Amino acid sequence: MDGSLPQVSWGALLPFLLITGTGLLVLVLDPLMSPERRDRLPVLSLGGVVCAALALVWRLDQSDIVFGGMLAADGFALFFNLLFLLVAGLTLLISIAYIRRTGLEHGEYSALLLFSTLGMMIMASSLDLMTIFLGLETLSISLYILAGFLRDQIRSNEAALKYLLLGAFASGFVLYGIALVYGATGSINLTRVARALALGQVHDPTLLTIGMGLLIVGFGFKVAAVPFHMWAPDVYEGAPTSVTAFMIAGTKAAAFAALLRILMTALPALQPDWSRVLWVLAVATMTVGNVVALAQTNIKRMLAYSSIAHAGYVLVALVTGTKLGSGAILFYLLAYALMNLGAFAVVVAAARREDERLTIDDYAGMGLTRPALGAAMAVFMFSLAGVPPTAGFMGKLYVFSAAIQGNYLGLAIIGVANSVISAFYYLRITVVMYMVPGQDAPPADRLSPALVAAILIAVGGTLLLGLFPSGILDVALRSVASLLG
Amino acid sequence: MTEIPIVSIVTFLPLLGAALLLCVDRRREAAIKHLAFGVSAVTFLVSLGLYGNFRLDVPGMQFSERVPWITWLGAEYHVGVDGISLLLVLLTTFLTAVAILSSYAAVTTAVKEYMVCVLLLETGMLGVFVALDLVLFYVFWEGMLIPMYFLIGIWGGPRRIYATIKFFLYTMAGGVLMLVGIIALYFLSGGGPGGEYTFDLLKLSALDLPFQVQAWLFLAFAVAFAIKVPMFPFHTWLPDAHVEAPTAGSVILAGVLLKMGTYGFLRFALPLFPDATRYFTPLFSWLAIIGILYGALVSMVQPDLKKLVAYSSVSHLGFVMLGIFALTAQGVAGAILQMINHGLSTGALFLLVGMLYERRHTRMIQDFGGLARIVPVFTAAFLIVTLSSIGLPGLNGFVGEFLILVGTFRVNVLYAVLATAGIILAAVYMLWMFQRVMFGPVTQEANRGLVDLTPREIAVLAPVLALIVWIGIYPQPFLRTTEASVAQLLARVQERKEMRATSHEPRATSREIRAASWARHASETGGEGRDGR
Repeated sequence: MDGSLPQVSWGALLPFLLITGTGLLVLVLDPLMSPERRDRLPVLSLGGVVCAALALVWRLDQSDIVFGGMLAADGFALFFNLLFLLVAGLTLLISIAYIRRTGLEHGEYSALLLFSTLGMMIMASSLDLMTIFLGLETLSISLYILAGFLRDQIRSNEAALKYLLLGAFASGFVLYGIALVYGATGSINLTRVARALALGQVHDPTLLTIGMGLLIVGFGFKVAAVPFHMWAPDVYEGAPTSVTAFMIAGTKAAAFAALLRILMTALPALQPDWSRVLWVLAVATMTVGNVVALAQTNIKRMLAYSSIAHAGYVLVALVTGTKLGSGAILFYLLAYALMNLGAFAVVVAAARREDERLTIDDYAGMGLTRPALGAAMAVFMFSLAGVPPTAGFMGKLYVFSAAIQGNYLGLAIIGVANSVISAFYYLRITVVMYMVPGQDAPPADRLSPALVAAILIAVGGTLLLGLFPSGILDVALRSVASLLG
Repeated sequence: MTEIPIVSIVTFLPLLGAALLLCVDRRREAAIKHLAFGVSAVTFLVSLGLYGNFRLDVPGMQFSERVPWITWLGAEYHVGVDGISLLLVLLTTFLTAVAILSSYAAVTTAVKEYMVCVLLLETGMLGVFVALDLVLFYVFWEGMLIPMYFLIGIWGGPRRIYATIKFFLYTMAGGVLMLVGIIALYFLSGGGPGGEYTFDLLKLSALDLPFQVQAWLFLAFAVAFAIKVPMFPFHTWLPDAHVEAPTAGSVILAGVLLKMGTYGFLRFALPLFPDATRYFTPLFSWLAIIGILYGALVSMVQPDLKKLVAYSSVSHLGFVMLGIFALTAQGVAGAILQMINHGLSTGALFLLVGMLYERRHTRMIQDFGGLARIVPVFTAAFLIVTLSSIGLPGLNGFVGEFLILVGTFRVNVLYAVLATAGIILAAVYMLWMFQRVMFGPVTQEANRGLVDLTPREIAVLAPVLALIVWIGIYPQPFLRTTEASVAQLLARVQERKEMRATSHEPRATSREIRAASWARHASETGGEGRDGR
């Protein structure tokens, strides 16, 4: 360390700066605006997100490592950053309708959403355990507040508190894991850790193994893998619906991005060890998530358990530790984000001002009384169940292909059996929507154009990825090339 | 031969029609019905063009189209028809048009959604019959579940939800195992020296896999197909789905969907895994025979007309399976013809039962009796269809069953004898049902006011009846269509058999071969995947 400042590549930093700047601008403008004009703040934030995405696309084919090896602007980071911006953008579109109805029109809402997006982007771009941790904390602290944003609802308070306590716990695991990895290899830089391993310069292999285990546990909490999933259903149920959508689609992807980079870049030498651990986690996560989801009557809770199960499918691909497996994870997370955000957008659209309408029975008859909304929800449900021709099917095809290619035939069979179990509860939504006559519900609120746009993007994406997956898969596979250094 | 992508046009015309329907105001129900029927009729006419340009002397695929689809995996949009699939394509387009025409009066709620579902279903079924890429096939195979699921679930009978979920989960459970098999086959295809990773059926058929691998993969595929057929003991979803489905749904379900299972055996299981096919022939033949006898016996005691027809399907499809696993030219040709025959006669039976139900809102045999004097035209039609279903010489059922029995007899006399007992039982339950419904005194007053067939209903039934008689009297054009393709299929199975016989590969070591093969492809593909593409 010679004390000189590292070279700063402003082009690579631009997307991060744009998101931060927009977030700060929203915070500054919030008290200056009259309350009835505050609902323009999400629109402003959306503008920031779009600009950041353009800044990313602008540097599409440039790949470099900045800040003395702490941040990477490589294909992997690019893919995930665009994914996070997509999630943030769709969440903001959903939020515009949601916060108007629930009276959450505070500027902090959009600002916190942007800051947690920033945290995700840092996590996916980091080449350094410490920066990963910084990103994780930026993400988590913003979400602790967002989860409790419905201040007068006890469920939302409970969600925030639970998330804070268990989240802090998980952060502790991650930090301790980082410390042990540093102790064993003398570095927190991912490539240097890998080099130390390759050259056999590990001071204490046991320490490293324990460190890796703690990291897996910590990230296991964040992706809500069984048995570290206990917080998830309550938090996802209690948090504002738009925030739940954001957490399910975004946080999970960010945690997987970081975990994937740590395991594939820093610890490929320990693959036999972590594959064995993750194998068990994958089976437990898929099975528990799907079986418990069968019994849910609240749609948010059902989607919460379904998201746990989906984390299990992603873990299946992670177990393989191959290029196809990593590419499958990227593809799957994109498909997963689209179908979940879409489903939550429909949940928001189905709600009324006086009644959130969150039990599954509230959807009775919706397929025929509100055909477009019902059809969209049906698309998302079939996609989540993995029925072609949807993105969910293609995602599963790649995940199970990776598993079979990696000689994990048993895992693949457990996986497909799970997707049959899951079909049952996803089908139940369509059964209720189309085959159970609805009660005489009061006429529905008019849908806001933003919400319609969110649903259309999600439906379009889900079907497009299902019918023509080739392009995105190629991009995903090219993106993971930088992991395998 | 590929100037006009005629196979794609036939496959996706209904999809286009469904998209058009979405643009029509839902209150204009008559327009929606006419448009849907128009689209299905045009599809049928275009598919006749397929038949017109089909070259009987070519055993392989015709009208092939091949476009890259998922480039990295090597999956392609590859479609085409041969003698085996051509007849099924025609059956599909024909029965869909008939089914749509038959539901003009029966469907009163959500007409637009109903017609959209039927047309989407048609695209799905046609896709299954023309797909030559395993991923493409799987997409159609599973995707087709969605419209059928809605057809049964929304417009079905009282227990429709139970029936439709059972149908969906059964089929999907079989399907996902097949998916694992497909992916495993894919990696095996690229694992060998000079191997190419592919999902292409024609290339995969040329693989020479060790027996043990073939056996497992055969079972993965066979379970999916056996559920669809349905073979005993996977048949329990069928009576529920049939009874609860609306008339058009039953017609399509019995007429086309079940054939997807038997077609799957012919198109995929046999050519891909010839050694395993021969190994499992006794098992599947016995299951087929059990299905024939069991289906017939259960049909005999059904009080419900629709359920009776449903169980008779289990019996009839048993014949088809028996014919396929006879692995002789007559057996397989008979099986294909019998698929068509069953589609026509059972489809017609469901249409007739549906017409009766629309009038009386009951399907119980005991609620009828003496109808022959009240509705003579209906009775005549019913009689023809019943006799066709029994296999009376001169009607279509006879030709198919006779060929199957001849084909089976040459291989195993016992099978043929037992199956013949099934024909006798079929005569028992069908004629007894006919007698109770049509003859005797009129027991219920409500039956006296029954109206005979309307002109529209006659228009629905007449083409089906015409085909029933045509195939019965002059089946040659139909058999000629399948001849070359069947001969090629059997030759391939036979050739493999001889190859294996000369190589004298000891069965005991096949486990080691399998292990070696897995290790080989894992070591070659494990770390890197395929960078080349």
